[in-house]
Amino acid sequence: MPVTVHIPTPLRPFAGKQDQVSVEGASVGEVLARLTAGHPALRPHLYTPEGRLRSFVNIYLNDEDIRYIGREAAPVKPGDTLSIVPAVAGGR
Amino acid sequence: MATLTTPPVMENLAERAKAATLSHDEIQRYSRHLIIPEVGIEGQRKLKAARVLCIGAGGLGSPVALYLAAAGVGTLGIVEFDQVDFSNLQRQVIHGTGDVGKSKLQSAAETIHSINPNVRVEGHPVHLSSENALEIFRGYDVVVDGTDNFPTRYLVNDACVLTGIPNVYASIFRFEGQASVLALPDGPCYRCWYPEPPPPGLVPSCAEGGVLGVLPGIMGLVQSLEAVKLILGIGEPLKNRVLLFDALGMRFRELKLRKNPECPVCGDHPSIRQLIDYQEFCGMRGVEAPAEPEPAGEEITPAELKQWRDRGRDVFVLDVREPHEYQICALPDAKLIPLGELPQRWQELDPHRPTVVHCRSGARSAKAVRFLRQQGFDKVWNLRGGILAWADDVDPNVPKY
Ligand SMILES: [Zn+2]
Repeated sequence: MPVTVHIPTPLRPFAGKQDQVSVEGASVGEVLARLTAGHPALRPHLYTPEGRLRSFVNIYLNDEDIRYIGREAAPVKPGDTLSIVPAVAGGR
Repeated sequence: MATLTTPPVMENLAERAKAATLSHDEIQRYSRHLIIPEVGIEGQRKLKAARVLCIGAGGLGSPVALYLAAAGVGTLGIVEFDQVDFSNLQRQVIHGTGDVGKSKLQSAAETIHSINPNVRVEGHPVHLSSENALEIFRGYDVVVDGTDNFPTRYLVNDACVLTGIPNVYASIFRFEGQASVLALPDGPCYRCWYPEPPPPGLVPSCAEGGVLGVLPGIMGLVQSLEAVKLILGIGEPLKNRVLLFDALGMRFRELKLRKNPECPVCGDHPSIRQLIDYQEFCGMRGVEAPAEPEPAGEEITPAELKQWRDRGRDVFVLDVREPHEYQICALPDAKLIPLGELPQRWQELDPHRPTVVHCRSGARSAKAVRFLRQQGFDKVWNLRGGILAWADDVDPNVPKY
């Protein structure tokens, strides 16, 4: 059973307009690698050219920020939810 | 119920509340509050004594100001310099059709007074800036952030942390919203969550990306409710967590938001002790002309290319080496078309997309650039020194051959 990845509105154009994608993987890094392999246009929005996760996009495993649970090495279980949460500033 | 640690700036609110008296008219007006034990006369006096600063009277600021005025918040400060436009009316419900062309401050003040003449409106008709923010913020108990751009978001955050005023935050995009209460004592701030802003142009604003008109109403009322709870000192504030709202799925989700001990403004060893240049921090110097300068000649340096990609600028990388070289090392996301195949395959490329061409050391790619420019490509540059220079200047992990 795969992990569900929530795609936020601003990034949906880069993920085939889907709001969620099912991806297999044992760690956060593996899931994101498979996600961006399937949707290469997403990659530059999540990673720097050097392959580091961008600092204005937060990744959550369920309700926990991956920065506090081992980043991309954090293990995932089937049925977990991975959320991409980019900074947004709109308000007017 | 968790206990609310009162921000130091709000400690004198209870004192001020004792001096606030309610007239007979006000007792009648607020009767539905007064009969709630958690509010009562004492709470209503706190609301009357409270001073709330709304940053912006737009999509979020409209419902915030309307409901806080109706609830009896005594003083509403509003920072707003804009005029009412027809395109605002779809969501900025504090303004009406007859207000188009008026200053938003005047329009908001008129609506607030028609709802509740007891409210004092303090207008700040300025662009919030590092020069004026601290002076404007001081004296308010709560700040409600309803701005629409990253420089102001970070400015409001830092000014709240530096002055100790809680920041009731929300932001919106199309069908989604985020909200949290930031800069409470021992609570996280916006920089704890997002240490850096996205590069300009990567995340569209409401003006570019659009917003469903009802959405700021929902998120603005989450902010209003949190502001009222802070003033009354009741309930559990939206602290150490962020509320995400997905209007299409009609789902609220909650994510953990932790205070980062390494946060540059609220961490253990803060490096930001005064307001900075937020336009520059957000890479937006000269924001009126978002088009970044392009190299005048036919070349770009590895450092320039790295900067473009770091900023999220769209740039297509074409590799004109041979497949066996590509297997040794390649730039991320580069497309391989060997130089010899380019005359047959150049139509696979987008002539309008900024394109950087590279080879091993820059000689073959210079030929490719000249060829592509002859075919009408006007945004194509040669990576000076090729992938070898990239390895030297940018990424030492790229093997040299
Ligand atoms: Zn912080």
